[in-house]
Parts: sequence; C-alpha cells; structure tokens
Amino acid sequence: METLFFAIITLVAIVSAILVISCKNPINSALALVMTFFCLATYYVMLDAPFMAAIQVMVYAGAIMVLIVFTIMLLNIRVDATKKHSHKILLGSIIGFFTLINTVYILMKSHAAAPTGPFTGDMIKQIGHTELIGQEMFTKFLLPFEITSILLLVAIVGAVILAKKKL
Amino acid sequence: MDMITIPAVNMTPIMPEIFLSVLAMALLLINVFVPSGQKSYIGYISFIGVIAAAVLVGTGWGMHVESFNGAVVQDNFASFFKMIFLLAAGLAILISDQYMVREECNHGELYPLILFTVVGMMLMAAGTDLMTIFLGLEVMSVSLYVLAGFNRENRKSNEAGLKYFLLGAFSTGFLLYGMALTYGATGSTRIADIATFAAQQSLPSSNVMLLAGMLLMITGFAFKVAAAPFHMWTPDVYEGAPTPMTAFMSAGPKAAGFAAALRILLVSFSTMQADWSQLFWVLAVLTMTVGNITALRQDNIKRMLAYSSIAHAGYCLVGFTAGNPTGTAGIMFYMLSYTFMNIGAFAIIVLVGKKGEPNGNVMDFAGFGFKHPALAVAMSIFLFSLAGMPPTAGFIGKFYLFSGAIQKGYIWLAVIGVLNSAASVYYYLRVMVYMYMKEPTEEFDWLQVSAPIALSLLISVTGTLVLGVVPSIVLQYAQEAIKLI
Repeated sequence: METLFFAIITLVAIVSAILVISCKNPINSALALVMTFFCLATYYVMLDAPFMAAIQVMVYAGAIMVLIVFTIMLLNIRVDATKKHSHKILLGSIIGFFTLINTVYILMKSHAAAPTGPFTGDMIKQIGHTELIGQEMFTKFLLPFEITSILLLVAIVGAVILAKKKL
Repeated sequence: MDMITIPAVNMTPIMPEIFLSVLAMALLLINVFVPSGQKSYIGYISFIGVIAAAVLVGTGWGMHVESFNGAVVQDNFASFFKMIFLLAAGLAILISDQYMVREECNHGELYPLILFTVVGMMLMAAGTDLMTIFLGLEVMSVSLYVLAGFNRENRKSNEAGLKYFLLGAFSTGFLLYGMALTYGATGSTRIADIATFAAQQSLPSSNVMLLAGMLLMITGFAFKVAAAPFHMWTPDVYEGAPTPMTAFMSAGPKAAGFAAALRILLVSFSTMQADWSQLFWVLAVLTMTVGNITALRQDNIKRMLAYSSIAHAGYCLVGFTAGNPTGTAGIMFYMLSYTFMNIGAFAIIVLVGKKGEPNGNVMDFAGFGFKHPALAVAMSIFLFSLAGMPPTAGFIGKFYLFSGAIQKGYIWLAVIGVLNSAASVYYYLRVMVYMYMKEPTEEFDWLQVSAPIALSLLISVTGTLVLGVVPSIVLQYAQEAIKLI
C-alpha cells in the first residue's frame, strides 16, 4: 500500500517538475512548482517527519511561492512564444540521456547499504519530531545554526546593495 | 518534556571568525554615518581588522582544539589556510580603494562584504562537519556574487554577478546533494565519523550511495575552484567583476575550495583514495590543458588571467592526484604563492586601467616598460612567477606539486604538467614583449600610484621573491600542517 502511494506521489512529482520547465506561461510554471513542493511534503510525512512537511508547505509552497508569483506579476513577463533550439541543446540532451542510462545501469547492479541512525520511527512518535529537531539544532548543530544568521545577513545586505536605486 | 541544555562551548577556535563578523557588522553600521566621499576610511579600518585577525590566527598556531561538539576545529591546517585568506583579503582591500573611487562605486559596503567572505572561507577551512563547510561555502559564495556585481552601473559587472549567482547556485545543488547522500550512507555529517564508517567497510567504494555522495561533492568543489569541465563561468565572471574583486576571487575562494576538499577527501575518504586519485588525474589534465590552450588566444588581459587561473587550479589538482604529504603541502604552498603573484598582477592591471576599462587588452601594455620601469619590473616578476620560472615562488610551488606526483608514480601526469607549464610561458611573456619591445602608443599619464596600492605591490613582490628564494620558511609550516590533519 505504502509502495503504491509512493509510486503515485513520485509520478505526480516528476510530471509537475517537468511542467515547471516546459510551461510557456511563467504563472503555470509557478503553479506546477507548488505541486512539486506538495509532493515533497508528502515524502516528509511518509518519512515520519511531520514538522518538516509543515515547514515545506508553509515556507516553500506558501511564502516563497507568493514571492515568486509576485515577482512574475510585477515584472510582467510576457509569454515567450519563440523557442530557440540550438545544436548545443540537442548535443546536451544526447549526452545527458546516455549519462542517465549509464547511471541507472550502475545503480541497478550495485548495492547501497545504510546504517540505522539513533532516531527510529518509534522514537519520533514517542518524543516528537519537532522536539528532536530542536534538540539537535541547539546541541550538535549549534555552530551551523549560528552561521545561518550570518548567511541571511549577508544575503540581505547583498540584495540591498544590488537592488537599491541610490546607495 | 526535558529542557534542552545547550552544551558549554569553547569559543577559541572560532575567535578570528567572531572577530571579523563583529567588525563587519559594526562597519556596516558605521558606514551609514560616513559621508560618501570618505568611504576609504572603512577600507583602512577593515585592513587593520584583517591584520588583527591574522594575529589572532597566528597565536593559535600549534594548538589542536575541537569545539562545538566536533563541528569546527582549530588546527595548523586551518590556520595555514586562514592566513592565505587574510592575505588575499588584505591585498584586495588595499587595491580596492583607488579602483572603486575611479569607477565611482566606492560604496562602504564593499569592505564588510569582503570580511564576510573571509569568515565564510575560514569556516570552510576549519569546519569538521559537512554542515559547517556547506554554510561557510554559502556565506563565501553569497558575498562573492554581490562583490562580482558590485559595479552596478557597468553592464559587464551586472552580467558577472548574475552569471556567477546562477551557476554558483547550481553547483551548490550538486555539493549539497553529495553531502545528503554521504549522510544517508554513513549516518553522520561529521567528517571524522564518516572516516570511521568508511574504515569499517571492507570495500567502501562498492557502496554506491557513498560513492555517489563523494563524486557529487567533488563536482561541487570542482565548480568552486574552476576546474575543467566545470570552468565555463570563470572567464565571464572574472572579466566582468571589478578588477580588485577578480583578484580576490581568483586567490581566496579557490584556496578555500581546496581546503575543504582536502579535508573531506584526506580524512573522510582516505580509504577510497585509489578511486578519487584516478578522477583527479583526469580532472588535472583537462583543467591544465583547457586553461592553458584557451589562454593562448586571449587578448583581454583579465580574460587571459582568468584562463590562467583555471590552469593554475589544474596544477593544484596534480597535488590532489598525488595525495601524499609532498603533493598536499605543495597545494598549500602553491595557493599562498599564487595569492601573492596573482593579486600583484591584478594590482598592476588596476593601475593601468582607465575608468570603465576601455584599455583592458594586452596590446595596451605597449611600451609600458619605458614609461614606468619600476611597475613594469614588478609586473615581470609576477608574470615570471605565474609562468613558473626560478627564482620565483611559482617555480618552487610547481616543483613540489609535480615531485609529489612523481613520488606516487604519476610520471605522465608530471610530464603533461611540465609541458603545459611550458606552453603557458608564451602568453605570459607576450605581455612582457609588449611592455619592453613595442613602441609606446600611450603616455600613461593618467597613471597614479596611491599609497595603498604601493604597499600591496611591495608585499606581493616581496612575497613572490622570498617564497622563491627561501621556500623552506613557509614550506615547513605547510608540511607541519598537513601532517596533523
């Protein structure tokens, strides 16, 4: 049952991801991207990570998508009717296709083992996903968590420098 | 529900990073109150800050302190690279002022961004957790995207910023995917834990998830150090970015990419060295050859140095392929020498250029040697060093990189490297031919040497020559640093 559900979600995710890059109208692309984000959120739920799923929907499918749609509407991007096809794209697709086949072949015939970590599904159900994430973030990953603040500061300063009319 | 107890942390290992972050934030605030004509003072304060940070790094030499539960470490390896970053940042700050005033984009935010870049690079060199390294890389990259597009009125600079951003974000995806797969395969993001896990496997490379993780991480780092075939962004970005930032970008971030890749590969994937050595063999040959062959045909001097910087990344990859103490210490020594000689060469380009850089071609150096003999001699020293001729730092660096490869039995790789190095002499000496053997077409009367640039040239020339004549004073530190990684 779970495998079937996984297969359906994966199919939807792949189709909507292809729609993101193949739609001519940017708004349609953006809506297809929302669909992809929702599929990812479903994966998180299936992996016993409800907190991540909620964040995925709120931050990505919600906030970031609103920004993207806003930007598209503000910039008033016209639908690009003429599509350019060059030999480079064709060459790239051929190389990409054969690389894909090669990769799939290697993946099919080899094995991938992974150890079980300390956090099992039962443990998450008992203690709670959000609390476990908080614990990790403030103990083991305290430094990366703090660096994130510097990263965001740099991004804000950079955006102001590049976009402000008069410095 | 239990309360989360935040563990006691030792701040000493990241003291330089904290210092520079606080300084950069303070300068961002001070900048608001500095009138627009006097932004140079922000630069001077930043330069002093860089020196202070270097002292902080220097006092920590010889110590080995792990902190933040193993997320970051203070060891000689990190300290050595931190010194390179600070040197690159210091020299870039010195040559920035005159250029930015000339291009009328002397905004005070430039210097804090340079300092943030250094913070990111330091975290990459000192990080012992994939998360720390990744976030350090992002702090560095985001600052660099802005620095590349800093000259907002110049279309080429805009193009450079946007192109760097798009391709950089794309390459970060590879890196992060690789880290995620590695985490999935080993159950930890700590570099030491990954090493322990890989050591327990009888044949770690048969685990396809671990192998794919390693390959994707190598791809990500290859983008950052501009190794072929991931070098496509380099020429446009280096040409379009403000010249001092090009100088900075070609030295500091490249060294940071090497530092992080060295630590991950030598510690985490040491049991898989046979696998990644082969890969680096191909990467090194491709990078050296593509860089040098394409540089031969360039007329724009910034573009030429961009391709030459690809070639130099290739020489460092030779050290990677060897993966032995001689080769890896060679990488560290080479990045230090490259910082001196490359930023020195860019300082001369800053001096020769006019507003908007209409004269960025090799031909515009015609007769430079007669009009400004002292500057031409300095440029010649840098070019000789880049070409790898004794008695300059570039020669010694290449010597160690190639001898590392020979020790490991990669004779052909060393031969290809030396041949490439010989080919590169053509385009470096072409500049000198124009400087000394062509009649001057210009008077170079707009050329003024400000005190900061003079200081940066003095440091660069001294560094290039001293490292070339007595390399042991630095090389022993590099060897000491690589031993304890």
